[in-house]
Amino acid sequence: MTGVFSWTPEIAVLFAVVIPLIGTAGIFAARSRPNLRETVTMITAAALFACVLYVAKSVFAGARPDVTLIQPLPGLALRFTVEPLGMLFALVASGLWIVNSIYSIGYMRGNSERNQTRFYAFFALALASTIGLAFSGNLLTMFVFYELLTLSTYPLVTHAGTEAAVKAGRTYLGILISTSIGFFMLAIIWTWVATGRMDFAEGGILAGTPAAPLTAVLLFLYMYGIGKAALMPMHRWLPAAMVAPTPVSALLHAVAVVKAGVFSVVKVIVYIFGIEHLSASGAGEWLVYVAGFTILVASIIALRADNLKRRLAYSTVSQLSYVVLAAAILAPLSVVGAVLHIAAHALGKITLFFAAGSIYTASKKINVSQLGGIGRRMPWTMAAFGIASLSMIGLPPTAGFISKWYIVLGAVDAQHYLALAVIFLSTLLNAGYFLPIVYRAFFAAPPDAATLGETAKADHGEAPWPVVLALTLTAAGTILLFIFPGPALTLAQLVIGNAP
Amino acid sequence: MIFSHIPVLQVIVPLVAAPLCVIFPFRKFCWTVALAATLTSLWIALTLLITVYAHGPITYELGGWAAPWGIGYRIDILSAYMTVLVSLISSVILVFSPRSIGAEISNARAHLFYTLYLLNLTGLLGIAVTGDAFNLFVFLEISSLSSYALIAMGQDRRALTAAFQYLIMGTIGATFYIIAVGLMYAMTGTLNIADLAQRLPEVMETRTILVALAFLIVGIGLKIALFPFHGWLPNAYTYAPSVVSAFLAATATKVAVYILLRILFSVFGPDAVAAMPIAQPLMILALFAMTIGSAVAIFQDDAKRLLAYSSIAQIGYIILGISFLSVTGLTGGILHLFNHALMKSALFLSLGAVFYRIGSVQISDMAGLGRRMPWTMAAFVVGGMSLVGTPLTVGFISKWYLIRAALESGWWPIAVLVLASSLLAMIYIWRVVEIAYFRGHPEAGADIKEAPLSMLVPIWFLTGANIYFGINTGDTITAARAAATMLLGGPQ
Repeated sequence: MTGVFSWTPEIAVLFAVVIPLIGTAGIFAARSRPNLRETVTMITAAALFACVLYVAKSVFAGARPDVTLIQPLPGLALRFTVEPLGMLFALVASGLWIVNSIYSIGYMRGNSERNQTRFYAFFALALASTIGLAFSGNLLTMFVFYELLTLSTYPLVTHAGTEAAVKAGRTYLGILISTSIGFFMLAIIWTWVATGRMDFAEGGILAGTPAAPLTAVLLFLYMYGIGKAALMPMHRWLPAAMVAPTPVSALLHAVAVVKAGVFSVVKVIVYIFGIEHLSASGAGEWLVYVAGFTILVASIIALRADNLKRRLAYSTVSQLSYVVLAAAILAPLSVVGAVLHIAAHALGKITLFFAAGSIYTASKKINVSQLGGIGRRMPWTMAAFGIASLSMIGLPPTAGFISKWYIVLGAVDAQHYLALAVIFLSTLLNAGYFLPIVYRAFFAAPPDAATLGETAKADHGEAPWPVVLALTLTAAGTILLFIFPGPALTLAQLVIGNAP
Repeated sequence: MIFSHIPVLQVIVPLVAAPLCVIFPFRKFCWTVALAATLTSLWIALTLLITVYAHGPITYELGGWAAPWGIGYRIDILSAYMTVLVSLISSVILVFSPRSIGAEISNARAHLFYTLYLLNLTGLLGIAVTGDAFNLFVFLEISSLSSYALIAMGQDRRALTAAFQYLIMGTIGATFYIIAVGLMYAMTGTLNIADLAQRLPEVMETRTILVALAFLIVGIGLKIALFPFHGWLPNAYTYAPSVVSAFLAATATKVAVYILLRILFSVFGPDAVAAMPIAQPLMILALFAMTIGSAVAIFQDDAKRLLAYSSIAQIGYIILGISFLSVTGLTGGILHLFNHALMKSALFLSLGAVFYRIGSVQISDMAGLGRRMPWTMAAFVVGGMSLVGTPLTVGFISKWYLIRAALESGWWPIAVLVLASSLLAMIYIWRVVEIAYFRGHPEAGADIKEAPLSMLVPIWFLTGANIYFGINTGDTITAARAAATMLLGGPQ
């Protein structure tokens, strides 16, 4: 760029939030021409990713772009500051949006869904909120985009417009909004009253304050206020949100929304409390128990769920608590694991949801019990499903292995044997609810007419090509992240203050 | 010099304009006169505010008679703030009014509406500028009587009983007030607020003054509609014409709160208030108002009644801020006074536009309106968000101060209650949003048009103010903090 307008990382940060908004407007404008509309989505997604990559370049070079947008009260501003953790989250979300958009086109058209314009428009809006959240430079900004993300995804969750969808939408909004206003907001104001600031700083801004009981109370408020992290018993919105079309479940409830939750958790623990402050105060111990409990109980529920999306939803609840657990161990290496797990789980889980949607599009099958022999009809889909399952369990050669490795290293470092036990048990449970699906798909006999039900089809092939392409890409990404963990690892190390 | 008489002109302009509307009962003419009068009031109010800022409080003696024989006007930062608020909101509502009045009030009575409106405005402005406790009563009665008549103009016949109910309660309130003023006069021999403030401390311990204070709190509480004295409010707001609901909700109760502030802090003084058992009972009532008002609002089917109950809750917030007796709390209360006026006027006016188009404000009749009246409903949503206290709206700023005040005083359960009540607000606003945006067949009600521009512009002016003052908070906070410091006895 030349002339009066010079392209700086700061401007790129603003653009990253604005591009999806422009996309929203463009999608509305092109509502009567579906092909143009989808083109707008694709271009927006690509432009956003390019923009985020540009920001990433400067972050890798050591810059921390910082923009203050507006400042209603002194010190209380809408402000973006890009730090490594947010950078990684933004990269994951914006990168997967491209793949997800390819998938959406195949899925939405393959299932002849209604109100597609609203779908794409709010999807772009949700992405804008996600990027805003990822780049947020203080708690207020985080809160604003956190809420925007909830509101912009509501029309997506209730997309079907049925009574069940509206009911699920109420649960979704009810839990997310009530926890965030009731606890999160209170915690933010309390932090402000205690410290007079609300920015994210290395070492934590609460580090200088007297520890008990303020730290303990605040930690409780933050952890349950960030309802998107789905710590039990605030997890019920997540399975409820599964009434949404699969692309929504895939990008939002496997990547953007839920990761917004654990991202906020990690960010608050690292930059608001400070790992050292929190571990010195001893106020964080209960979090390990709650996260461990959530991991195990959600896995057991997943084990018993026959509905595929429900099983994936509870698997997500459980995997999210891995991140919380890893952060709560408060060892530097486990925090690295937490950060990596945000990326690793995103790739794996989006693949699984893609596969579930692919199965539904091709065959209208929704239950695990209906999947006998489906691997022979849908080899690409089920192979991708298998790879993603390995990542969920944490086996090489997939990304899940690396993140789990660091979490375990951290737990050993901190000599936290309870956490180790939880990870060990849950790995078995993960294998228990994923591997039978893969086995059934390739080796079991096709289901009989009774299991199949009225709507599901016995005779079908692969899903439309955009769907298959998308899930192949993400499955490949799961493996690539194992082979080339460099950039993600660098960002994760930066979060705990280790220069690469 | 006419300029030196500006304080009294603040009252005289609308007072003189009112009879003009009776003498020349032409709808257009009356509207023009009324608008000219309110805009002039606004200009005077702004001039006063700037003068007070620059040179401190203004005193003005009516007819040149010095107090205690004559009536003195005294305008400090808080009075100036109130006059700006009242005249600003009433001007905007007047701009909105012609079509709404045309639809809701018969042609034969339209000129009376403008007369009463101006009289009401006279009363409200008079209360704000006067420095005399008895004169305040006179203005209170002017505004009260005209508001009873305004409410009774509603189309629904139930407006009559609503007005009568308000008349009974309001008269009891005003009577209590005048009894208290009588008692204070008996003990001190003066009606001038400044003189009262000087002489009261000597007799503060007497039972007479305590009784007077009790009468004052209950009497003003009735006018404020503070829980549990709020019984008259829901019906009055529901059945009054749309513009009247907006006007009363935004100004009348606010001015009543102003009287409370005056009496507590200017007459009795912060020290006496802190020494007497006033703050705790007020705080408890405020907390009840906040939670019960919001909770009851959730179950309303009529959107205007929903907003009425929400008003009861919001008044609770204002009183809560006052009851902290701290600069932060009082700043929050005074900010919310201003902010709530902005929110509620925007919300009631958007309902006025809805009523103008579909002839109903039942929530169930609003299905699909998000599609049919996008601008009106968007204004409603922004106003609602402000009510909930979303960041970047004014509601956030006042709640921020209230919660800070609670935490600074160490009363964290109150902070929790404030947030819980915000959540309840979220629920009742969401009920409307869900029906307006996510219900109804896309093709239903295709003949419903967006509200006319003459309605949308004032609505969006107020809605925009909700956002503007939520982002650019410097002026409002400075003014509110200055008023709070002054009331608590600090330097101006």
